[in-house]
Amino acid sequence: MGVTDFGTLRFLEREKMKSNLIGIITLAGMTLLGACGEQATADGTEAVEEVEISVVGSTTVQPLAELLSEAYEAIHPNVLVTISGGGSSVGVKSAAEQTADIGMASREIKDSEIQDCPEIVIHTIARDGIAIVANPDLDINGLTMEQARDIFAGEITDWSEVGGSAGMIIVAAREEGSGTRSAFEDLVMDESLISETAILQPSNGAIRTTVATTPGCIAFISFGYLDDSTKPVAIDGALPTPENVNAGTYPVVRPLNMVTYGEPTGAVAQWLQFIVGEDGQAIVAAEGYLPI
Amino acid sequence: MTSGTRRTGLEKIMKTVLLISALASVLIVLLIFVFTLKEAMPAFREIGVWKMLSGTTWRPGNGEFGILAMIAGSGLVTLGAIIIGVPLALGTAVFLSEIAPEWIVRVVRPSIELLAGIPSVVYGLFGMVIIVPLVRMIPAPGNAGFGLLSASIVLAVMVLPTIANISEFAIRSVPRGYKEGSLALGATKWETISRVMIPAARPGIISAVVLGLGRALGETIAMIMVIGNSVILPTAMTDNPLSIFLSRARTLTGNIAVEISYATGVHESALFATGVVLFILIMLVNSSARFLLKKGAQ
Repeated sequence: MGVTDFGTLRFLEREKMKSNLIGIITLAGMTLLGACGEQATADGTEAVEEVEISVVGSTTVQPLAELLSEAYEAIHPNVLVTISGGGSSVGVKSAAEQTADIGMASREIKDSEIQDCPEIVIHTIARDGIAIVANPDLDINGLTMEQARDIFAGEITDWSEVGGSAGMIIVAAREEGSGTRSAFEDLVMDESLISETAILQPSNGAIRTTVATTPGCIAFISFGYLDDSTKPVAIDGALPTPENVNAGTYPVVRPLNMVTYGEPTGAVAQWLQFIVGEDGQAIVAAEGYLPI
Repeated sequence: MTSGTRRTGLEKIMKTVLLISALASVLIVLLIFVFTLKEAMPAFREIGVWKMLSGTTWRPGNGEFGILAMIAGSGLVTLGAIIIGVPLALGTAVFLSEIAPEWIVRVVRPSIELLAGIPSVVYGLFGMVIIVPLVRMIPAPGNAGFGLLSASIVLAVMVLPTIANISEFAIRSVPRGYKEGSLALGATKWETISRVMIPAARPGIISAVVLGLGRALGETIAMIMVIGNSVILPTAMTDNPLSIFLSRARTLTGNIAVEISYATGVHESALFATGVVLFILIMLVNSSARFLLKKGAQ
């Protein structure tokens, strides 16, 4: 557990001031790159056109996209991928309004979003499971989907109701607007709403700390954050593991998407091809996500 | 003659420079308020000011934007911090100014100043790992440790340096004659402190408390980490009305910090509106401090 775990810090990172700063640094970097390019031409090598790809959206996809862009830029030095966060909704909106080349979304694209802009094209680049985790001292190993739903809705309030020893259930969840929360709502909650009395924490890391230190606590986190400090709970008999996702037995899986306005062309299309290709998917798997 | 002209010239330039610096802070406050208000206007227009202020449900996904629960959360946590923090701070101030020998003052005062320098995220971490488990031991149904009490305790420690420092200064500023006169009349040391020194320093102490109040209202990160962030109107959990402090809550500042990174459209605007409400609350607190100070001085 580290201080950097907390989403509040991530919020600070995203302040507009900082994004301005990033803009300036990017600009400076581009000028530098431009200078290098000119030199290359003077040496007689073929001049390659500089291309910039702007990517905006989900903070779940962001770290993965950064790794994918670094790997791609290493092979194609003329391409510069600039990535910024903002959340899945911002990602879809930016692509639809063409303010960014690519929007990132860590959930299914909503029908309403497709209705607003039918031109958007969805590219699934990886999948991510959402695991239900409980405090390690609990003597509960599995739940059915219905039980999980009722627990998070606040209808089941004691562990004895689901086969554990008596004790109050404390529900923790992500804040409204989080991609992990909305994916969990879609995949598990159905029409029910997550209980209003749930402890809300603004990041996967903070949720993990809360579950690890609070007796009787249950919550959901991205597969990438699973470790020994919390106890993974099986749903309908399937533990949250990549093997069970691939076998189709673990049900809570969401796609990580890249969204473009219309079919992508040029550098954008080439980068997306790289991501879904062998090298890109190897990075996806290495980072603990599930390849497509 | 020439040096005289030069001097007046320099005087004029400096006067202008100083005036500009003074106006800059006024301008900045004004700009921040105007900008926040401008961003908040769509929410006020679409949702309605009264509906926002009186609504208890906050579900941006369903278009419900009531911030009453957050106003109550901010109010209660500040109240709790003042109840716990003020006696502690006042005790520290009296001890340092009237009772402690010089060498103790030299040890205690820097540690209080150090307390003021600890980043709030560290307070939050401390609260999450130490205070929350302690509060959880209080037997009450639904008590998870995260809530108003944990937040109030953390906040009380955070406002302690502000209140203690200014109160100590206020007590030290009481004219020597008051104290000597009281002691000469045969009052004991405690009587002198409680009946003469503290009443005489009251305006300073009140402004210290109000400044602490303003600091408490604005605290964000440490609160997010220990208060639970649930959007509910805090209610008592047992027959004891004090158990309201075991309830989870969300503060106005926490509401902005937790959700701004994902917010768009009306949701984003509603968060700016939360900021406007906070701005006005802090303005009210600060102007009441001025009023009390003036009244105390008369």
